[in-house]
Amino acid sequence: MLKMRVIPCLDVKDGRVVKGINFVDLVDAGDPVAQAQFYDSEGADELCFLDITASAENRDTLYDVVGRTAEKCFMPLTVGGGVRTVEDIRRLLLAGADKVSINTAAIARPEFVREAARKFGSQCIVAAIDAKATGPERWEVFTHGGRRKTGIDAVAWACRLADYGAGEILLTSMDRDGTKSGFDIPLTRAVADAVRLPVIASGGVGTLDHLVEGIRDGHATAVLAASIFHFGTYRIGEAKARLAACDIPVRL
Amino acid sequence: MRVVIVDYGSGNLRSAAKAFERAAAENEIPTDVEVTSAPETIAFADCVVLPGVGAFADCRRGLLAVPGLEAALHEAVVMRARPFLGICVGMQLMAEIGREFEAVEGLGWIAGEVVPIEPADRSLKIPHMGWNEVERKSAHPLVAGLGSGVHAYFVHSYHFRLADPADLVATADYGGPLAAVIARDNIAGTQFHPEKSQEGGLRLIRNFLRWHP
Repeated sequence: MLKMRVIPCLDVKDGRVVKGINFVDLVDAGDPVAQAQFYDSEGADELCFLDITASAENRDTLYDVVGRTAEKCFMPLTVGGGVRTVEDIRRLLLAGADKVSINTAAIARPEFVREAARKFGSQCIVAAIDAKATGPERWEVFTHGGRRKTGIDAVAWACRLADYGAGEILLTSMDRDGTKSGFDIPLTRAVADAVRLPVIASGGVGTLDHLVEGIRDGHATAVLAASIFHFGTYRIGEAKARLAACDIPVRL
Repeated sequence: MRVVIVDYGSGNLRSAAKAFERAAAENEIPTDVEVTSAPETIAFADCVVLPGVGAFADCRRGLLAVPGLEAALHEAVVMRARPFLGICVGMQLMAEIGREFEAVEGLGWIAGEVVPIEPADRSLKIPHMGWNEVERKSAHPLVAGLGSGVHAYFVHSYHFRLADPADLVATADYGGPLAAVIARDNIAGTQFHPEKSQEGGLRLIRNFLRWHP
């Protein structure tokens, strides 16, 4: 039976971790590779790096981080942030990423998703959607960290990305992100039920029960969280144990 | 012993190489891992690995784009009968035909075709993505030590439908059994990514390096 996935996410800037794990005795807590190894040893199902490096010149630091991670961690790695061209994807895959997530570039030019899927296969193209509620049972796609409206309906957009060949949807509620109040469950379920693709729920995790809700009520097949793991509130193993206790299949 | 990982423009070569290097370091006989597209190197390798990330047709074109590469694979795998491992699309390429986006002829080393995963249960997501249990169907040396409950990392929307069930070594259940490990003579493949499957994956790679078909 396929297992539901728990995915810790690391924000990487200029090759360094922003908001890193600070509860374990890492030699260099700002080193994404060290943190990735820690999550690997903890039994994370996948890793996600979100690159928030502002300048293009420092982009090479990301390839270096991905390459060094792939040398040490024999587990799936998704990398997102600033992926705009087929060449960006190729470089990340060659460095050792297994999947890349595309966000703003898909909104600017949806055909990019189709081209990427044709070239590299749907399995490595993750379409990231940042959504905000704009009315009852209505969510809109936002960009620029939730500041810019696009006027695009989030559920319709997910269906379109699926048609274009995306292999997975990374769905973040910008209303919930950073609030620790739980996933936006109606949003998650609306998207997960509308597409045949796996949906990763993201944004708002503060407790282990939130993870359970994302899968059980939101119909996501993977849950992504950053701060509850970074700050040592919970360990990966605890998260999986809670899911298992709620009869959700996980890899223990 | 020299293991070559075939570089034909497909992704994830680096992670495959690193996993094989790790497993090679534990091999009893000195083992070198080389990533190459050079036909002369591939033709005379001791073991050949064909990784694969991407679409079937695109990967097939990648193989054809390197002059002499297919002939070298044929020499090593068919004529010299060296152990061969195809990973994910690298396994699928052994089929007679692949039907991802368009119908494309494969290498034709193992009878069957690559077709979309179509589980009867419509709630099952496509691609089949994540960790699934691998269930042995034969006592093949490649899956030695991979007991029940071993998980491997899968990510695929198409699967290898074998013509001959005797080629099936292990399955994964996703609304029905999917070929997870296949083998025939000196030729083997995994639908999952052993290089991404932590300890279970490294175990399979170690088994491959010690395999004497």
